[in-house]
Amino acid sequence: MSFINYSSREINCKIVFYGPGLCGKTTNLQYVYARTTPEAKGKMISLATETERTLFFDFLPLSLGEIRGFKTRFHLYTVPGQVFYDASRKLILKGVDGVVFVADSQIERMEANLESVENLRVNLAEQGYDLNRIPYVVQYNKRDLPNVATVDELRRLLNPRGVPEFQAVAPTGVGVFDTLKSVAKLVLTELKRGG
Amino acid sequence: MNPGLVIYEEEFRKISGICDRLTRDASARVVFLVDKNGQLIAATGQAKNLDTTSLASLTAGNVAAMGGLAKLIGEKEFPSQFHEGERESLHMSIVGGRVVLVVIFDARSSLGLVRLRVKKAGEELARVFEQLSQRQAAPGAQSPFAEITDDDIDNLFSA
Repeated sequence: MSFINYSSREINCKIVFYGPGLCGKTTNLQYVYARTTPEAKGKMISLATETERTLFFDFLPLSLGEIRGFKTRFHLYTVPGQVFYDASRKLILKGVDGVVFVADSQIERMEANLESVENLRVNLAEQGYDLNRIPYVVQYNKRDLPNVATVDELRRLLNPRGVPEFQAVAPTGVGVFDTLKSVAKLVLTELKRGG
Repeated sequence: MNPGLVIYEEEFRKISGICDRLTRDASARVVFLVDKNGQLIAATGQAKNLDTTSLASLTAGNVAAMGGLAKLIGEKEFPSQFHEGERESLHMSIVGGRVVLVVIFDARSSLGLVRLRVKKAGEELARVFEQLSQRQAAPGAQSPFAEITDDDIDNLFSA
């Protein structure tokens, strides 16, 4: 749910990175954080376990620039991917404006991807959102690994609706900013339409 | 989709005024107001050296988690919570079901005083947010963002 403040002339939007455990959601945010100028970013917060698995969420505030005198700010969140953190995932989806689904391209993670998309659909519906209508993009991550499914196969299984999709290697940044720009653009377009 | 929260000058002045007064009346160090999704609405008092964006996001996460716990034990929500530190303490309360009022205070104040002042400020804030939602729901209230063009959006990403 966007927040527009006329007094400080700011537009704030919330984007959530969703996907199965170890697919690279946090790595996406870490790359964005590392490659953004200090003026454009706030502090990155990671609520993680001792073994660096996301426990509740990661959070990164980003400024993208101005539109007609309004500063546009995006709050990026990740969810904990592990199956048993479902209660936390639901909370983080509250008030979301756009979703990035980060898929793990490895063949052995295909079932986990499918389960996670379905989980996203159900959890969004609980908050009154429809995955078919919300600003949504898909990222096929880990394209550099040897045992990956083809993009055609991934598309058939995970993106039958044909939303914007990107191939990525999050640790080196391949596809990371393209994914982010795409979802941010969809969110702003939705806002313009009065969503 | 849910309509977003829109705050206009007039309401913003009222909100800041209420938070300012609460800071003084409760002898608080900082008072801030966050929407339940983690967006900072206002911050008053000695907020300059604080990372208010992070505070806002973690407040919302905390309130959401406590709300989840409340539901698990059959409560609607926990309308307020208090955390006591060695020097600083933190009081959070849900206002109008939609925003969270956070007061940070030290030994110059007390939990009793904060609770008392928060109650009054919370009622005043709830009225402002009620007005705001009526204003947003009024017929003819279009998206304040409707006048921007696709080019405006494209330009943001071409730089």
